[in-house]
Amino acid sequence: MAATPRRILAENTWTNNPIFIQILGICSTLAVTNNLTNTLIMTLGVTFVTGFSSLTVSLLKTLIPHRVRMITQTLIISFYVIIVDILLKAYLPEIHKSLGPYVGLIITNCIIMGRAEAFAQSNPPLLSLWDGLTSGLGYMWVLMLIALIRELLGFGTLFNIRVLPEGFEPWTIMVMAPSAFFILAMVLWAAKTLMNKEAA
Amino acid sequence: MTPDISPLALFVASIFTSNILLANFLGMCSFISISKDLSSSNGLGLAVTVVLTITSAINWLVLHYVLIPLDLVYLRFIVFIIVIAAVVQILEMIIDRISPSLYMALGIFLPLITVNCAILGVALFIEIRGYSLLQSVVYGLGSGLGWWLAIMLLAAIRKKIERAPVPAGLKGPGITLITIGFMAMAFIGFSGMVAVQ
Repeated sequence: MAATPRRILAENTWTNNPIFIQILGICSTLAVTNNLTNTLIMTLGVTFVTGFSSLTVSLLKTLIPHRVRMITQTLIISFYVIIVDILLKAYLPEIHKSLGPYVGLIITNCIIMGRAEAFAQSNPPLLSLWDGLTSGLGYMWVLMLIALIRELLGFGTLFNIRVLPEGFEPWTIMVMAPSAFFILAMVLWAAKTLMNKEAA
Repeated sequence: MTPDISPLALFVASIFTSNILLANFLGMCSFISISKDLSSSNGLGLAVTVVLTITSAINWLVLHYVLIPLDLVYLRFIVFIIVIAAVVQILEMIIDRISPSLYMALGIFLPLITVNCAILGVALFIEIRGYSLLQSVVYGLGSGLGWWLAIMLLAAIRKKIERAPVPAGLKGPGITLITIGFMAMAFIGFSGMVAVQ
């Protein structure tokens, strides 16, 4: 069962999707899924950090003493998150403001540490980079789907552009916290049912 | 630019209306994985509360007396996470000395706390909202208690759900998320009382 790039892609985006299977890393990003633009920027940030911290951990894996690997990984992740934070502040100050503390919280996104521990620790650098990027991709499409539903019904817009007619009454609950849990549960339900069918 | 909120209002708000978990989604990973069991939830809730209160104060002091004077605010993510890791490590050693039984009970949960996003999240909220030292400590303590309350409630509910007939695709995380959604709605119902933003 060699890890080929193709298989890694399929696993990370579907059969072993970080959200469906492990319910990892949903904390910081559920909060921003009431707006597609914010979700896109946030998940791009996560994908960037997952990819490059996996690459770095893999490059340094023989140099990091086993006992301090957790804190070293955390520092590597923080380094890339600071880059994302500074870039956003410089080029997209509006979005940086509306994301608030959640950019910094990419550090504690368990997917990133999870990939570093489970994959990058024992695989070559380029494959680890690919694994990190595809994990981010698997994470991105699920959250974009949730944001699509929430923004459409909550504001009647997509990427802040009005798509539903003026007469549409926005569902306020979609903008608030509980709907994030409900929609994620529904997406999870659909995905699990499909997977059960595939397996049967 | 310290916001004008009385510490008492902030305390109540951080437990109920602005619950760090149900309103801000922080600390979800351990919330979902640990809440299967009531006594583990209790242990983790206690540990989170203690660590949150201590790190809120230390991170505030570090931010205002080290990072801001030295103009190194952009390093705050790294510094906050190091402070959190250090506090957890020191706490682990102290508890091991003083009460081995508590150490055994908390054992696996203490290291987990370092990567609990609620802890870092509270530190970042404190920074963005510009709280004073007293407000920060009250907010840290209240958020911890709110998280503890939420995980205990969820653990109790999940005990009942175990025996309920749930569609196969919704078993486990799915139904748990729906339960959390209902809890979030109930907690938001308090928001007429006090609001922090």
